[in-house]
Amino acid sequence: MFPADLKYTKDHEWLKPAGDGTALVGITHYAQDALGDVVFVDLPEAGATFAEGEEFGTVESVKTVSELNMPAAGEIVEVNAVLADHPEAVNEDPYGKGWMVKVKLAGDLSGLLDAKAYEALVGAESH
Amino acid sequence: MSTAASELMKTPLNAAHRALNAKMVDFGGWDMPVQYPAGIIAEHEAVRTKAGLFDVSHMGEIRVKGPGALALVEHLTPNAVSKLVIGQVHYTAFLYENGTFVDDLLVYREGEQEFLLVVNAGNIDKDFAWVQQHAAGYDCTVVNESPVTGQIALQGPLAVSILQPLTATPLDPIGYYYFTHGEVAGIKCIISRTGYTGEDGFELYCAAGDTEKLWNAVLAAGTPKGLIPAGLGCRNTLRLECKMALYGHEIDDSIHALEAGLGWIVKLDHGDFIGREALVAAKAAPAPRKLVGFKTLEKRDIARDHMPVVQDGKQIGFVTSAAPSPTCGFNLGLAYVPTELAKVGGTIQIEIRGRAVNAEIIPTPFYKRAK
Repeated sequence: MFPADLKYTKDHEWLKPAGDGTALVGITHYAQDALGDVVFVDLPEAGATFAEGEEFGTVESVKTVSELNMPAAGEIVEVNAVLADHPEAVNEDPYGKGWMVKVKLAGDLSGLLDAKAYEALVGAESH
Repeated sequence: MSTAASELMKTPLNAAHRALNAKMVDFGGWDMPVQYPAGIIAEHEAVRTKAGLFDVSHMGEIRVKGPGALALVEHLTPNAVSKLVIGQVHYTAFLYENGTFVDDLLVYREGEQEFLLVVNAGNIDKDFAWVQQHAAGYDCTVVNESPVTGQIALQGPLAVSILQPLTATPLDPIGYYYFTHGEVAGIKCIISRTGYTGEDGFELYCAAGDTEKLWNAVLAAGTPKGLIPAGLGCRNTLRLECKMALYGHEIDDSIHALEAGLGWIVKLDHGDFIGREALVAAKAAPAPRKLVGFKTLEKRDIARDHMPVVQDGKQIGFVTSAAPSPTCGFNLGLAYVPTELAKVGGTIQIEIRGRAVNAEIIPTPFYKRAK
């Protein structure tokens, strides 16, 4: 449920470094499960830049809304266009088809959690 | 602020929900299923097109019985209780002297002088105390049966075909908002053709200890026909599409019955009741605010409960309930707005996370089932 090749935030975003200075960003299985059926994902335009921890969008489910916070500083280079018509991809495949933005990284990733640390955090929250 | 699960109240179906992998939440102090693995949209659609099964055992039941029962219930509620025939139900309220809500409820007429009052889970203690407090001088008993009563709701167009094989009681003759006593799967029940979803369906009341057996029997009978368990998440979107009030949202102790659009439960020509004087005065002077239905125009503009309605940067009203509507396919909600703006076709603005967003006032209910 928490792939080992991803980095995680305490706010339940994940970041997947591509190795070329870019990374994909999305929300975790735990986050999509807590939100329930996702009906809309509000994302920025390509070219926008964000600081680490800054809000870059929102994800709306039937029952609630949640802010999306940037796991690491960077510039948006691509937005997942599939989500405009298929927001349910976030529920069905949060680490795959449900990715949200591709970021050109401007900072380091030292503040992020590894899968083991994130799993421990989630375990503590759900008990 | 969340309460530990161990301190929450549990219905007799708590273990059954967990076995079905429900997602449990704190609902007004009760540990309740907000959804099952199917999810809110699938559960909502099942109720609209086939059937869903809800645990509503958290609701409260107060029985009023004795020679003074009719007079007490008439004193406590604004609807015409004496017009109910035995076996009939109506929607009504407990009001304060100023016409605002203690709670909303259903009144079941069990006998000439026997009534079952079904109240909201979060208000059971307050309501029971309210009834007891006013019962002095009326020759009747007031019993809180909530702890010994279970309730499940089978809702959806297939409700009759799912339930009929489980009972010898003919279901077709039970009209909307009527009830009877019978056995379902060998369990003694009140079989009530009522609900909170806008669909056909039944609410079944039984002894608390029988609830799980009843739930399992109905679920087993309905599953081959498409019945699925349904949680409080879709119960909210279903009732919202039908503009059914929810205590703490459309109604509470700061809102009176007429501005809530519930004038139809207030029978001013039918004897005295608590709150009548205030509502007579309110009727003479039009309410300064009114409950309206709205839709936002952009897909991204999803209003939520309690957001402000604004005009020129100032708050002029508030959203009571709002959500993306699975049946209508757009984002809708209910809001209190100044009466002069409460016109279908008009535009209001809702502040969504700092942005003033346009919404159109549209007719309600948003959804009405085909007869």
